[in-house]
Amino acid sequence: MKQNPTLNVDLTEQETCGVRKTLGREPNKIEWGMLDIMFSEHCSYKSSRPLLKGLPSKSKRVVVGPGYDSGVVDVGDGYVVAFKVESHNHPSAIDPYNGAATGIGGIIRDILCTNCRPIALLDLLRFGDLKNKHCRWLFKHVVRGIAEYGNSTGIPTVAGEVSFDNSFETNCLVNVACVGVGKRGKLTLARMDKPGDYVVLVGGSTGRDGIRGVTFASKTISEESEFDRPAVQIGDPFAKKVVIEATLEAAETGFVRGIKDLGGGGLTCALSEMSNKGGTGVEVDLGKVHVREEGMTPLELMLSESQERMVFVVEPEGLKQVLNVFDRWELPHSVIGRVTETGKVVVRLSGKTVAELPSKILAEPPIIRRRALMPRKHMELWRVIKPKQPKNLTNIVYRLLSTPNIASKEYVFQQYDHEVGIRTVVKPGEADAAVLRLLETDRAIAVKADCNSRFCYLDPFNGHAGAVAEVARNVVSVGAEPIAVVDGCNFGNPEKPEVFWQFSEAIRGMVYMLRGLRLPCVGGNVSFYNEDEGSGRAVKPTSIVMMLGLIENLNWISTMAFKQPGNLIIVVGRTYPEMGGSVYYNEIHGIASGKPPRALVEKEKGSINTVKQSIREGCTRTVHDCSIGGLAVALALMAVKGGLGARVNIDKVPKAGVKRLDELLFSESNARFVLAASENNVDKIVRFAKRNGVPAAVVGEVENSNHLSIFNREAKVIDCLVDRMQKVWSHAIPKLMGEIC
Amino acid sequence: MKVAVVRFPGSNCDLDVLYVLRNVLKVDANLVWHRSFSHNDFDAVFLPGGFSYGDYLRAGAIASHSPSLPTVRKMAEEGKPILGICNGFQILIEAGLLPGALLRNSCLRFVCKWVSLVAENDRTAFTQLLQRGSILRMPVAHHEGRYVNDEEGLRELEENGRVVFRYVDESGKATEAANPNSSMNNIAGICNKEGNVLGLMPHPERASEPILDPCGKTDGLLLFRSMLEFLRSR
Repeated sequence: MKQNPTLNVDLTEQETCGVRKTLGREPNKIEWGMLDIMFSEHCSYKSSRPLLKGLPSKSKRVVVGPGYDSGVVDVGDGYVVAFKVESHNHPSAIDPYNGAATGIGGIIRDILCTNCRPIALLDLLRFGDLKNKHCRWLFKHVVRGIAEYGNSTGIPTVAGEVSFDNSFETNCLVNVACVGVGKRGKLTLARMDKPGDYVVLVGGSTGRDGIRGVTFASKTISEESEFDRPAVQIGDPFAKKVVIEATLEAAETGFVRGIKDLGGGGLTCALSEMSNKGGTGVEVDLGKVHVREEGMTPLELMLSESQERMVFVVEPEGLKQVLNVFDRWELPHSVIGRVTETGKVVVRLSGKTVAELPSKILAEPPIIRRRALMPRKHMELWRVIKPKQPKNLTNIVYRLLSTPNIASKEYVFQQYDHEVGIRTVVKPGEADAAVLRLLETDRAIAVKADCNSRFCYLDPFNGHAGAVAEVARNVVSVGAEPIAVVDGCNFGNPEKPEVFWQFSEAIRGMVYMLRGLRLPCVGGNVSFYNEDEGSGRAVKPTSIVMMLGLIENLNWISTMAFKQPGNLIIVVGRTYPEMGGSVYYNEIHGIASGKPPRALVEKEKGSINTVKQSIREGCTRTVHDCSIGGLAVALALMAVKGGLGARVNIDKVPKAGVKRLDELLFSESNARFVLAASENNVDKIVRFAKRNGVPAAVVGEVENSNHLSIFNREAKVIDCLVDRMQKVWSHAIPKLMGEIC
Repeated sequence: MKVAVVRFPGSNCDLDVLYVLRNVLKVDANLVWHRSFSHNDFDAVFLPGGFSYGDYLRAGAIASHSPSLPTVRKMAEEGKPILGICNGFQILIEAGLLPGALLRNSCLRFVCKWVSLVAENDRTAFTQLLQRGSILRMPVAHHEGRYVNDEEGLRELEENGRVVFRYVDESGKATEAANPNSSMNNIAGICNKEGNVLGLMPHPERASEPILDPCGKTDGLLLFRSMLEFLRSR
């Protein structure tokens, strides 16, 4: 049911009145439809815009900041990297295969708009409990959708984040990110700057699929959502591959002045945003649009979200040359209109004007100031009765390794071609972030995305500040300098003050940590209404932060595997008894409450700088960020990855306020790393830590054995077999999926 | 000496193969659009991996009808070296240049991982520098790579040493666990009778530089080098 059933639109009373007033007349039906799309939360960011403005967005590397299809940063030697994250939660919850596949399709186009070649994909996924059949169905087909689409386009899916929590049972989260590389001097933007330029629609033909997909995404999921299935687009990865190559070749001619993909909001969105950004207008003839079905109405043509389509703005003198490229790739195209200086989007059909609206009205809908209110009982979430410490801690480590949140995600990334493009130097599962060499220069980049939804639910401020910090630690762990982020925000219904409070706290947390680490946020995506109408349950607040890191010297590249028996193990950063939201509390004791770890800029900076210096001075190539599962799990995975054992004295770990052994082993405090280094480098590392004001201590030694033995003073408290850990860790998800018994 | 890398719409590994030929081996190599490929110019051909024509219908089926295929066939008859990698292998099979069929992996999923291969024939145009029985590491990345043939076809391949690569475990045994797609007889790559046409599912171009190999090796490069050696001695 529409908010305004008479006009068949979702606009509020205030919005319809505002439009009439600015326009000085009553819009016609087609115009109302176009306004409806552009005023949707998905296109307009009307709730989130005022807060997003607070995110820092500048640095000397930023070339294109927020507001365009993707953020662009300078990586030196005349090259830039474009990257962006996007959500496809709603379609994926209804049709996981096509929903996820078209999410990949959309994010690739965002990168292409800048004339950068897409070189990597990331997938950031959230599902409910895998013991639940519906969750398994969503998980299996979302991954398959990403795999079959991504693989076919020849862009490797190199990293991601998959985690599981009950709040995502109905509303899974499917966020996808893409990274591209291009020449700084050849960037294009999604703008119409010069009147007279031709507007060319390229790629897939326009049909009725995906109509009003964005208004669907601006609603909560209900039983009626099943009937919204036609609002989910169908992807064609082969067409996309051809679009990629043809776009890059067309841009190479030098006659393409602007490119924009057709995604949410279709032609309406592309035409109004491009002309508004360029301060121009545009006039198009819908009769010229190549269609796949007869009898489409003007509104359907203007709203269709048919996939694999791009709009090119082409200089008149180069039109023929550009169209030749499309012809050679056998890519359908139509010249649908020209850029004007009227400041209006004019839509014509059969010689008649069917819609005429100022670009600005469409592209800059008024913001809505939402009310934010901390839930009355929020503090109660922090209350916790400490559980009894289990006797057999060895067993706890095995159990933690087999929980889906910690277990190997090989089931997922083995379905992705993560090698195509011959850039993937550090592959999925080998380190805290993926590393891609830039074939164009002698540098490499590191990419990773992170967010701990459990922390963010218990404390949105610290949770999201911690997400920024963790992803920074991740790229530092592989030898990179963090240079910029994009964020993918996923929340419930923003009209509820409690949800909007979560959102505003999340932004506040990210702003705090980004400012502290001097990092810009160059773009992002906001997805609201991730709620299940039946249960009224919203997803846990989840702003996934994707980080881009730069590695200027390939010798710095580090991974988590123990490499050399005899190397000493060093813990950098202090452990606190911060158990709220930990996997240990959740999975072993069934405790979902508690205060999650604090995130403090000064501590993060100290640890990050220590590790960065240690890597650059050649002191270590074995680094792992300590996060979910705590120190015990971090050590276990370094042993598993290296196929080597270790002997550790846990009492030597720097700590404060920790009174229990299980807290020391499994606390998920921020700002910590585990390193391994040869004896003669240890003093240097400890010195770096001291200089940066953080503690660091030698806690053990890598051994040529099958045992991870952890001692507390003289007592052996954990004795895990490396091969058994490898087995439980790698078999957990295939077992839950019924692939192995 | 000039090498062609044929590009079909949907080819993915064309630029990767070209990079190895040009940048790693400094060979004169060209990317050739499948509609404008004529053999007089070239001494060897690579059919790269990818999803030609989206793998619609069947992997490699549509590309096998491309105007470039008669040229490839002619070059094969002239004894010029032809390598089909992954989708290129699928195309060679669909075109009848190599026997058998490649079906969907038995796990019904795309599989991307590093595997071990044993080289069983050191006389083909692409394996001259390999030692018979040596074990190579390279990645596979495919959805349809399960090699099948009828009993007679398999016997013909086995008896004439036309199984060039087989999936094996680290100790060289052709076990079920080492077989990523359940190919018959663990077959990863085969050649024609003359040994100048080779098709394989694993990607040698992804194992041609130490930086890309988790073990720091360059096993894939041996196939490229063997071809150069073959051309030099021809």
